[in-house]
Amino acid sequence: MKRMSTGEVILNGFFYVILALLIVICVYPIWYVIVASVSDGTYVNSGALILLPVNMKFTAYEYAFSQKQLWVGYGNTILYTLGGTLFGLAISLPCGYALSRRDMEGRGLIMGLITFTMYFNGGLIPTYIVCSALHLTNTRLLLIFLGSVTAYNIILIRTFCSSSIPDELREAAFIDGCSNTRFFFMFVIPLSKAIIAVISLYIAVAHWNNYYNALVYTTDASLQPLQLYLRHLLLMTTGTESIMESDANAEVLRLVQTVRYAVIVLSALPIMCLYPFLQKYFVQGVMIGSIKG
Amino acid sequence: MSNTVLKKQREKSRKLSNIMQNKALYVMVLPALVFFALFNYWPMYGVQIAFRNFSFANGITGSKWVGMKWFNFFFKANQFPVIVRNTLLLSLYDLAAGFPFPILLALIMHNVPSKRFRRVTQTATYMPHFISVVVLVGMMSCMFSVNSGWFSTIVRALGGTPVQLMGEAKYFRHVYVWSGVWQQMGWNSIIYLAALTSIDPGLHEAAMIDGAGKLRRIWHIDLPGIGETIAIMLILKFGSMMSTGFEKIYSMQADLNLSVSEVISTYVYKMGMMNNKYSYSAAISLFNNVINFILLILVNKASSKLSGSSLW
Repeated sequence: MKRMSTGEVILNGFFYVILALLIVICVYPIWYVIVASVSDGTYVNSGALILLPVNMKFTAYEYAFSQKQLWVGYGNTILYTLGGTLFGLAISLPCGYALSRRDMEGRGLIMGLITFTMYFNGGLIPTYIVCSALHLTNTRLLLIFLGSVTAYNIILIRTFCSSSIPDELREAAFIDGCSNTRFFFMFVIPLSKAIIAVISLYIAVAHWNNYYNALVYTTDASLQPLQLYLRHLLLMTTGTESIMESDANAEVLRLVQTVRYAVIVLSALPIMCLYPFLQKYFVQGVMIGSIKG
Repeated sequence: MSNTVLKKQREKSRKLSNIMQNKALYVMVLPALVFFALFNYWPMYGVQIAFRNFSFANGITGSKWVGMKWFNFFFKANQFPVIVRNTLLLSLYDLAAGFPFPILLALIMHNVPSKRFRRVTQTATYMPHFISVVVLVGMMSCMFSVNSGWFSTIVRALGGTPVQLMGEAKYFRHVYVWSGVWQQMGWNSIIYLAALTSIDPGLHEAAMIDGAGKLRRIWHIDLPGIGETIAIMLILKFGSMMSTGFEKIYSMQADLNLSVSEVISTYVYKMGMMNNKYSYSAAISLFNNVINFILLILVNKASSKLSGSSLW
């Protein structure tokens, strides 16, 4: 064992201090939201809340739960997220695998056509015109489709397949009379669990957090995802107040801030709870993406 | 002569039989191609409305040609210099502040001795990445509120006077950029961390035998070792110089900060979706797209000349 020099010890200490500071900076705002959502409304409004909950109360959550539009948004978001993830996987997985096959005639051209969509797009209005020509505006189907199939995801799958599904395996299977389709279902899918996890997570998080597509392509309140409801509640200067004033309840008015925090917690909860367990898959995705295919 | 013709023919029939044998592969690609044809290539075809006077009644090809009318209209508009300037300034500021931090973070994380501490840091710094734009902006407007936010409380405790950070033109750029650093620093460090782990540990051992300290090894081994990754990330960043994201800026916009927060993407949205100036809006996004595309090609060329790393 080599002994560390004083310089080395100081440097390590310095590194630890920086990282500890970063942890606090990243975690504190999130911690604060949780604490504020269960604290006394009056106390939160005064700005005195800093670290620990004061007069623990769940009135803000009770109020949030009583809002019908929150449940509508939640239901829609779950539908769009699940639907989009399944749809995206069903389309991207076979495509990515096929393009990983070196013996596929014309794969360069197909790859080029797909990659080009990463660097050039029609823009907002032409896309809107196409969607309305397809009679997809103001439908749930469109919010499931948009963003679930991307060139980037297909490239990730292709890179993964070409490095982890050995050619020898396919050759051996083919000699035994296995067809391409059978090989895909019997061997490729079971061997691709890691990339399936990565792609599902990418699509799911993107759908969960997206508000742009709903903003542009829907006008119907019953189709609104959670993020659009949140936008109304959190960002419109008078959003919360006007919703709450209709209740004409002074008790509720004091809750404005805490309700905002409670709704933030409710909307981010599923991802924040799942994230630490799935972290390795997200990281894996970035690593596969960094390999030039 | 006949020999080459024969060779070509044989090649052709070999290709054909390969395609017939692997028909299933083309079936697998087909759904994705249909998807891109509908949602990407059809809109690209629709870009021609930038040169027409589009109305939903006449359709894409039925509307009258007007040549460069909308482009000239845009270049002469009062907003043109303002929104191009806002877009570029926001991107440049974002690049200057957001680019170095993930690299520094990766270098530090890679060089702390405790594996466990490293893992905790990773979990904590990746977390903000998963917060949605709406939630991020909502959190900031609550926490930076002059009356009830903790930030103002701390500023007061330190003897300062809290200011209205959100919705004001003066602080818009700083809040936009630094909240982005907060949110993406950890996540963007992953790719550098991956590059760092692939550096040959023998280099470090050799340097240690030669008596090089940690700082010197970081400078002379780690940093050059991730040079190519840095170059590629920089290309990608420059390539999207003119396309600041829509969602966050639009969420942070307020009447008071429009002079600095109106950028190309939000202007395109307002012209097209709110004022129904379809062709005008399409012309602006085409202009933006073409510039982005040219930028990407130029930066990629320059980078492959200078450092040998390129995207394609």
